[in-house]
Order: sequence, then structure tokens, then C-alpha cells
Amino acid sequence: MHPAPSIIAFTVLSGLGLGLLAYLGAGLASPTGWAAFFWFGLGYGLTLAGLAASSFHLGHPERALKAFSQWRTSWLSREAVLATATLLCLAPHAAGLVFWGRPQPALGLIAAFLALQTVLATAMIYAQLRTVPRWNHWNTPTVFLLAALTGGALLLRAVPLAQLLLAMLALAMVAHWVIGDQRFAAEGITSESATGLGARGAVRLLEPPHTGPNYLLREMAHVVGRRHALKLRVIALVCGAILPSLALWAAPEALVAWLLALVLHVLGVLAQRWLFFAEAEHVMGLYYGLHST
Amino acid sequence: MTALPATTERKLGLVIDLDTCVGCHACVVACKGWNTENYGAPLSDSDAYGPEPVGSFLNRVHSYEVTPPQGAPQIVHFPKSCLHCENAPCVTVCPTGASYKRQEDGIVLVNEADCIGCGLCAWACPYGAREMDAAAGVMKKCTLCVDRIYNQNLPEEDREPACVRTCPAGARHFGDLGDPQSAVSLLVAARGGMDLMPEQGTKPVNKYLPPRPRDTLRAAPDNLAALCEPTTEGLGGFLGWLDRTLERL
Repeated sequence: MHPAPSIIAFTVLSGLGLGLLAYLGAGLASPTGWAAFFWFGLGYGLTLAGLAASSFHLGHPERALKAFSQWRTSWLSREAVLATATLLCLAPHAAGLVFWGRPQPALGLIAAFLALQTVLATAMIYAQLRTVPRWNHWNTPTVFLLAALTGGALLLRAVPLAQLLLAMLALAMVAHWVIGDQRFAAEGITSESATGLGARGAVRLLEPPHTGPNYLLREMAHVVGRRHALKLRVIALVCGAILPSLALWAAPEALVAWLLALVLHVLGVLAQRWLFFAEAEHVMGLYYGLHST
Repeated sequence: MTALPATTERKLGLVIDLDTCVGCHACVVACKGWNTENYGAPLSDSDAYGPEPVGSFLNRVHSYEVTPPQGAPQIVHFPKSCLHCENAPCVTVCPTGASYKRQEDGIVLVNEADCIGCGLCAWACPYGAREMDAAAGVMKKCTLCVDRIYNQNLPEEDREPACVRTCPAGARHFGDLGDPQSAVSLLVAARGGMDLMPEQGTKPVNKYLPPRPRDTLRAAPDNLAALCEPTTEGLGGFLGWLDRTLERL
């Protein structure tokens, strides 16, 4: 799949923001006054920046309000509804801490739950697609949720929690790659079943429909980004989990170590998200002679 | 509403005969022609006369080489457009309700005024049947020529999809696949019509008729060249009479 920068920014930034807001809502940290203004502002800012980035992906962003209507069937619509509900529900809790130093724990807890549901809905937009076997697996929401929770814990400098989550995220990322590499073959979809001609023999694309590119090939048969897949996996794992963990372990009290861990983690998650899209094979590619074993 | 109807009154769709398709792409051209000047946003092209032409199409013809375990390979031309699936994954993922499946005839359509151009429906389709139009920013797909098949202003023989109307080989058939006695359903039953990618669980309405087995030469004749010699054997009519008369002289 095409690794669109707008979508990578959307999933990384909103994941980071919602992870932070989930902890603030759940009361893991209860800053007051200007500190509360900063932390809630950061959470809201990251989430809204992510949502704004996603609108760059749209052909008609001015119609985005219509996307709130189909929550009964569509995970994309659910994501929009849940994100809005999270931000609205958390507002009294945030305002209480900023202006009066008084939390609204009940609303905060509900907002924390909604924030994680929003991250889950974002992941399900991809995990629901049977056409992309690599995504169509429970480990897609696992990686998204763990990345959001880890990013939030790192932002809040909750060191022991961050250490635990970094280890879990590392395992989840590796599982996503190892299982993901088997998924396409496991689905059993081949050029032969795609064309229905398998009973007659081996099927090979002789001529594509057009000599030039098309929307389908650009969007769903992206292969360029896969060239350095192994290097990027190492970067994602080392920067996203291992180095932040080492930095926090070496100097848990040092501000520099914390900032370094945070920056490296975000870079690693960006690499992971790039690969998440670039490596994903769409079954439609079989009609264009791709993914054949 | 992007919930799929439990059942549809009819299941209008196409039956595509892979045995007779000659790969001429006339259906591609007819589709592009009709759908660029009628219902919805035109199917745009970019750099149409330049070095990198690219455009939106609702129907594309692939050509495959099928190599059996024994014997010669065979070329199969393979037109592909929306299969108007009963369990259409492109419809349920739509966040705005722009994608829908009609309860009355099962046609899957896009309401372009509601489409935000997020592209998720194209991702959800296993067949690559939906394409985002680069100029209009909305999703385009086969409408089964919904503006032809019910169009009272057209002569009756034109009230079928443009691709079916134009096919010079008679490789495309249009009808109600929900009616077991319809011509298309009988054709599917007689020829062993098949679904594409049944593993995806989409239950496509469109069916593909597999190529018939090719006849094979049992034993080569002794003298192949002799078969090419002109002969008057069995010649009738004036030429035959002339040949026989001249022979007798």
C-alpha cells in the first residue's frame, strides 16, 4: 500500500496524543494550573494535528462532517465519532484541573476509555480489510494500542510504566512482522484463484490492461518502499523501543535521557508506520502479476 | 446508508465469457465513452497526449497466459470491472454513506455528492474495481450503466450496459442473475460460471465463464503440405460444372 505521509502523520500523532490524554483522563498524572494547561494542550494539540493531517488525504475535506454518519458499519466513521467524543468528554476534566485545580475523575475515566477506543478504531480501519492479509490480524490493533500507550507514558515520564510498555511494544512489532510475512500465503489467494483459471494451469500476466500506471497501482501496489524493509525494521525496533529503554535505564532521572528516549521513540514509530503501509500487499496486485510465489 | 440490504429483489450483473473474449478492449473504450459524458463526474485523464498518460477507467482488460501441466499455453483475455458483490466490502467501510447497494436491483453505486474521497472503499475491494478520479476527487466505479438500462429515451436494444452493447465477440452478457430462469443464469449453469476470489467471501454477482477446453490434434497427417494444395473435389455450382465440363473435353 502507498505509505502516504498524511496517513502516517495521522496515525502516529493522534496515537501519541490519545495515549497521553488517556493517562491524563485516568489520573495517572494530575497537573494543575499552567502545568495542566501545557499537558492537556499537548494531548489535544497532537490529536487534533493528527486528525487535521488525515484530512489532507481526502479528495473533498470540506465534506468531512458527513463521515460522522455511518458509525453503525464503518470503522472510519467510528474513529471520527470516538475521537470527537473523547475530546469533548475530557474537556470538563481538563478545564477543572487548569482553572480550579479540581479533577472530574468520572468524566476523566470515561474519556480515557474513549481515547483507547479511538486508537482501537483507527487500527480497525486497517485490520478490518480482508484484502490486505498483513493487516487483517489481531496484532494490528495490538501494535497501534501499545504504540499509543508507550508514547503517552514516555511523554508523561512515567519511567517504570514506559519501560514495561517499551518491552511489550518491541515484542508486538516483531510479532507483527513475523506473522505478517506469512499472512498473504496463509490466505491462500493466488493468481489462479483470482482469475478462476487455476484448474487449467499456471497463470501468468502476459499483458497489463494499460502500458502506463494507474490509481490502483500507485495506491495499492506500492513496492518501492519495501526495498529497505529489513533496515527499516531494525531502525523501528532499535529506535522505537530498544534505545529509549536503554536511555531510561542508564539515566532514569536525567532530562536529556528522557528527551532522547522520546525523540527516538517517535522516530522509530514513524519508521514502523511507514513499513506498516509500504510492506502491506493488497490482493488486487495478483491481477497485475504481483505477489506471485 | 452503508449497511448492506439483506436481500435484493433482483441481482443485475454481467456474465463474461473468457472463451470468446478476443481482447480488443472495445468494452473499455465504450465504457469510458459513455461514463465520461453521462452520470457523475467525467472519467478524467492526465497527460493524455504526453509521455505519462494516466486516467480513470471503470473496466480494464488484462491478458493472461495459462500454462497447463501438459500441452501448449493458452492466452486468456480477462475483462474486469465491478462485480456488484452481494456482500460488498466497499459499501460497509464507507464513512459517509456515499457507497450503497440498491435494494431493488443490487447495483452498487457511489453518491458522488457525499463522497469525501478517502479511498477506503478502493482498499476494501479485492478486485481493484474502484478508482479515485484524480480531477474530481471522488470515487468512480461501474454503475452497470444505470443511466442506460432504465433509460426510456434510448431504443430498447440500447438499454444494456455500454460494454455489453459494444462487444463484437458477444463475450459479455447482461441480466438478472437472481432469476434462475434468466438467460444469463442458464448460461452460467450450462458453462460452469465461476466467482473470482471466492476466498474473500464477497459473493460476487458477476460471473465468469471459463474457456472451453481446446481440441487437440491426435496424429499428424503424413503429408501436411498436401492439405494446402487447391482442390476441386466436392466443388458445386457453376464453378463445379465448369470444372467437370472442361475435364471431359
